[in-house]
Formats: sequence, C-alpha cells, structure tokens
Amino acid sequence: MGRYVIRRTLFAIPTLIVISLIIFAILDLAPGDPAANLPLTIPAEVREAIRESLGLNDPFLLQWLKWMRLMFINEPLHTIESIFNVCIGDCEARDRILSWSSRAPALDIIWQRMPQTLWVLGGAFIIGALIAIPVGIVSAYRQYSWFDNLGTFFSTIGFSVPTFFTGILAIIIFSVALGWFPSFYDTTLVVNSWDTFVLQVKQMIMPVVVLSLFNAAALARFTRASMLDNLNEDYVRTARSKGVGETKVVMVHVLRNSLIPVVTLLALQIPGIFGGAIITEQIFRINGIGQLLIAAIGQSDVPMVQTLTFIFAVLIVLFNLIADVTYGVLDPRIRYD
Amino acid sequence: MTQAATPVLDVTDLATRFDTQDGMVHAVNGVSFTLNRGEFLGVVGESGSGKSVTMMSLLRLIPIPPGQIVSGKAMFEGQDLLAMELEDLRSVRGGRIGFIFQDPLTSLNPVLTVGHQIMESLDIHTDIPEKERPDRAQQLLELVGIPAAKQRLDNFPHELSGGMRQRVMIAMALACSPRVIIADEPTTALDVTIQAQIIEIVKELRQRLGTAVIWITHDLGVVAGLADRVIVMYGGQIVEEATVSDLYSDPKHPYTRGLLGSVPRLDQKGLKLVNIKGQPPSLWERPASCSFAPRCPYAFDRCRAENPPLMDVGPGHKAACWWDVDNGRPR
Repeated sequence: MGRYVIRRTLFAIPTLIVISLIIFAILDLAPGDPAANLPLTIPAEVREAIRESLGLNDPFLLQWLKWMRLMFINEPLHTIESIFNVCIGDCEARDRILSWSSRAPALDIIWQRMPQTLWVLGGAFIIGALIAIPVGIVSAYRQYSWFDNLGTFFSTIGFSVPTFFTGILAIIIFSVALGWFPSFYDTTLVVNSWDTFVLQVKQMIMPVVVLSLFNAAALARFTRASMLDNLNEDYVRTARSKGVGETKVVMVHVLRNSLIPVVTLLALQIPGIFGGAIITEQIFRINGIGQLLIAAIGQSDVPMVQTLTFIFAVLIVLFNLIADVTYGVLDPRIRYD
Repeated sequence: MTQAATPVLDVTDLATRFDTQDGMVHAVNGVSFTLNRGEFLGVVGESGSGKSVTMMSLLRLIPIPPGQIVSGKAMFEGQDLLAMELEDLRSVRGGRIGFIFQDPLTSLNPVLTVGHQIMESLDIHTDIPEKERPDRAQQLLELVGIPAAKQRLDNFPHELSGGMRQRVMIAMALACSPRVIIADEPTTALDVTIQAQIIEIVKELRQRLGTAVIWITHDLGVVAGLADRVIVMYGGQIVEEATVSDLYSDPKHPYTRGLLGSVPRLDQKGLKLVNIKGQPPSLWERPASCSFAPRCPYAFDRCRAENPPLMDVGPGHKAACWWDVDNGRPR
C-alpha cells in the first residue's frame, strides 16, 4: 500500500503540471484585459506601462514558467518561513503571486476566505452524509415502504432542483416573508458569546440545509442502491442461516459490503462540493473562495483565477487518490502491491 | 434400521408460495417427510422441483415477502419450526440445524475473515468465552481437513480455493454440533475431484458426530453412494420415497424411472442419451391433477383428473402414482 501511494503521488506531479499549463492556456485565450477595468482617464501610454509591469507582454510560456516558479518555489518557502518564523535566503525581497486587482498575495487572500467556505461546505457535507447514509440503509431494508417512498420523493427533488433555485426559494420564504434567518452571511461576526453563536448558527442554517439537501439526495439514492444489491446476496442468507439477528445482518454483513462504493463516492464528492460552493456562496453572499473565484474572473485577475483553479485541481487529484486507497482498505479483495 | 423409530424432524403438509409480479408461484405443494436421527436423506429432483425451497422454508430462509409459507408443520425436538417466533427460530438456525449452501464463493461474506464468520456462530449459540473461540474455530477447520488451519482463520474467502471455501462452509455449519445438517447442492459448484473429497468429509463427519443429513442434489450418482433414504421431488411435491437400494433397483414412479434412465452411462458404448420428453410443470396453479401426467408415457384418464397422493407401494416405499408400473394396470 505504501509503495502504491508513493507511486501515485509521483504520478500526480506531471498530471498537475499539465493541468496548470492547460488552465494557463485557457486563461490566455480568454478575452479580457486587467487594464480595461481602470478608469478611462488614464492615458494610453500609462495603461501600456501597467500592462508591461504586470508581465502581460511576455510570451505565453514565459508567463507560465514565472507562475510555476512562484507557485512551487517562492510560495512554499514563504509558508515554511511564516510557520517556523525563520528567514531562508532573500526573504525580504521574494516575489509572491500577486492578485492583479488587489495587489495582495493571492494565497493570503485565499487563506482568509477559506474558513467561511469550509464552515458552510464542511457542515453541509457532514450533515448530508449523516442524513443520507441512514436514510439509504432504512430505505433499502424497507423497500417500497412509506419511508422509502418519502425518501425517494425528497431525494428526487433534492437531486433535480438546482441549489440556485432552492437557495433563492429559501431566502424568499425564510428571510423575506418570515424573517427567521438573515439572507446575508456576515463574515465579520466573531463568535465569543452565546448570542453571537446563535447568530452564527442562524446565518449558517439556510446555506447548509440547501447544500446538504443536494449532497444528501444523490448519496441516499446511491447508498440505497448499494444496500439493495447486497441484501439479496447469498452470504446474507448464510448469515441468517447461522442465526445472526437482523440488526447484525444489516449493520455488519450487508453494510460493510455496501459502504465500499459509498465511501468512494464520498471521497470523490469532496472536491465537487467546492465547485458547488461557487453557486451557493454567490446566492447567500458568503465571501468564501467560490465568490472569490467569480469576482476574480470578472476582473480578469489571471493569477488569482489560475491559483484557485490549480488548488481545485490539486484537491481533485488528492481525493481521487484517497478514494482509491480507502477502496483498498475497505475491500480485502483489492490489493495494490 | 433401529433409528427408524426416532424421527428428529417431522414435516407434514408443507406448502410455500411466492407472490410474484407475474402471479402466484406454487413452489411447494403439500410436502410431508420425516428425518430420523443420524439418517442420511437424499432429496433429488430437477431445477425448480421445489427441493431447495422446501428445506429453506423449514428455517424461513426464503425471502418473505414475496414468499409465504401457507400451511404445514415441521416438528423438531418437540417444537413446530413453522409456528415458532423468529427470535426462537434463530437459536435453531445454525445452532441445532446447520445449513450448507451451493456456491461457496457467494455464500461467504467477502469482507469478513473466515475466522470471523465461523466464530460468529460460536458467539451466538455457545457460551465458549471469546478468548477460546479462535481455538475452537481452528479445531473445526482441522476437522474438515484444512491444512494450516490457524493461518487460514485470518484469510478472506477469496484467498481460498473453491474446495477450501466449501470446507469452511461445512465447518461453519458444524460449529455448534447441530442435530441436523441441510446441505443444498453442496458439491455442484465444485470440480469432480473436490466433490469426492467433500463427500468423503461429510460421510466421515456423519459417522463420527452422528448428525442427520439432508442432502439436496440433482446428481443421482452422489446420492446413490451416500444416502440411506431418498426423496424424489417433482413440481413441488414428493413423487417417490424409498430406501436408496429400493429406489435404484425398483423405482415405482414413471418420473423416477425417467430420471434414472437419463443418467449417462460410461460402461455401455454407443447408447443414446435418454431424456424425459416435455417441459417441467409450470407452477402458476396448485396442481389439481398429476403434474407429471403431460410427460408421462403411462398417463390415463385418472391422472389428468385427480392428483395422486403418496401411497404405500412396498415396505418403506411410497410413490404418488395412479399406475402400477410392475403389473401394468391402474392401482
């Protein structure tokens, strides 16, 4: 297993390099000019000087190589320095990836935005999984019962209605009409007392519920299908023929087998929810990384878009590896060495 | 036979149906038989004759629904298995009646170790303390002839060969020293050489432990070498019941004759393989007439009007047929 993980990690490096080149190429082909957002009063030659200073006139490959150097050498060095409080080489004058619109280091902004995203998305992901898996188990065990039908009804809705619709519907009902929850997510809120904690929970409820409904829908259906596949297997009959009780038959014999594909799906969903966050954050005005990406695209902020999409790419590659490894851990029939 | 007086299992008028989307399937229609202490009972019949469903109905191992046990009694150690609460039935399953299934690959749980699956039975039915269970499991594996038994406990089913897996199944069924073992085509999925080994193991264990065995098969050759008594099933009913020597030397039911006639023979060259003409009966209706009549060369009016009950045709020999094949006239 260890050797397999190392091999896969080494394979990930060329993969990620190619991904970053493709992202860079797409951004280069995209229309838009970071200098176009500047006030019209700026003379043409100043505008040209700004473009020159941003390195926009450099050849495409050179721009990419510069970004690569910043991303893989300067940024890791800076991270190490700030963690251990040391100075390696020319730490004062070291270049970092700068956002063109704010002139602040892109990664610092991303780190600032990350907690909001993780709170809402992580909450939605965990709540979604905690609801979906038990619902899937009961639905399969009591197939075609009223519970199963109700579960099917909700998961069909959850899966087929997009979050930008359910989100806005929730805002109209619970914020506008009933006034129960705020429609804006206040990032400046500091949780330091019971009241602020209640406020934090209140502002998280709607985005978390909307997103977890969506996540849970697919997962519940998947768990149900996987359980149904296994419930009719011969080994379940064998377990019953040994006198094993129903709870143990389901929770030990069937569930262990059914969770193999479910856990894989869960691991693969994690990078996916960052993508889903782009829309949800926009609706609920959560200034997480999803909103950051949308804003950066609007401002033609190439370094920011490049860095964010690259982080998404790393997450996808990483969680693919995690999915494969958990698959091997859960299913003794799979050996990687 | 002195054991004949002490039945361990006595089944009367068992009927099982399946309520499927296409209609009601009458899988078992009024089956009655007894199993004596330490006896080896062979149950033969073609696919769909109801032999497996009969045995699984006894322990309610058929899926319910769509399956339903409509009538019958199954007396085992003074209790009716079919009337028992499920909770009580669980102490019988695997404890006093062990089951061996056909396909040892799909019948073992792929993600649990062999040891875990054997010790599970010990946990449910015996009070062997947890620490001693691995030793007992190891003994069981040694009993069924698995080499390096201690290491095998930590193996997963896919790491064993087909024959080894079936031995594990047998060890599981034996774990709590049951009174009865029901083996549902235990050798069908195995190579012929492995088949022979498994049969030897069961034979030897039966002698050593005195367990009664019900051996379900469609292989008449296997039964001939093993069983004391044989039940022949057709269309969810018992059509003939006899000691193994009577059945092979003097079959009374036309279906049994057809079955024995269709066993390929190696000792006579150039013979055409004989088969029974026609199709197995559809089970959509509970049979009102003899279900073998459409395929039977002896069938006459009564066969198509009335379903024959199991009648005595000799000492310890019963057949469900209106035609007396020996004398060539109706009974």
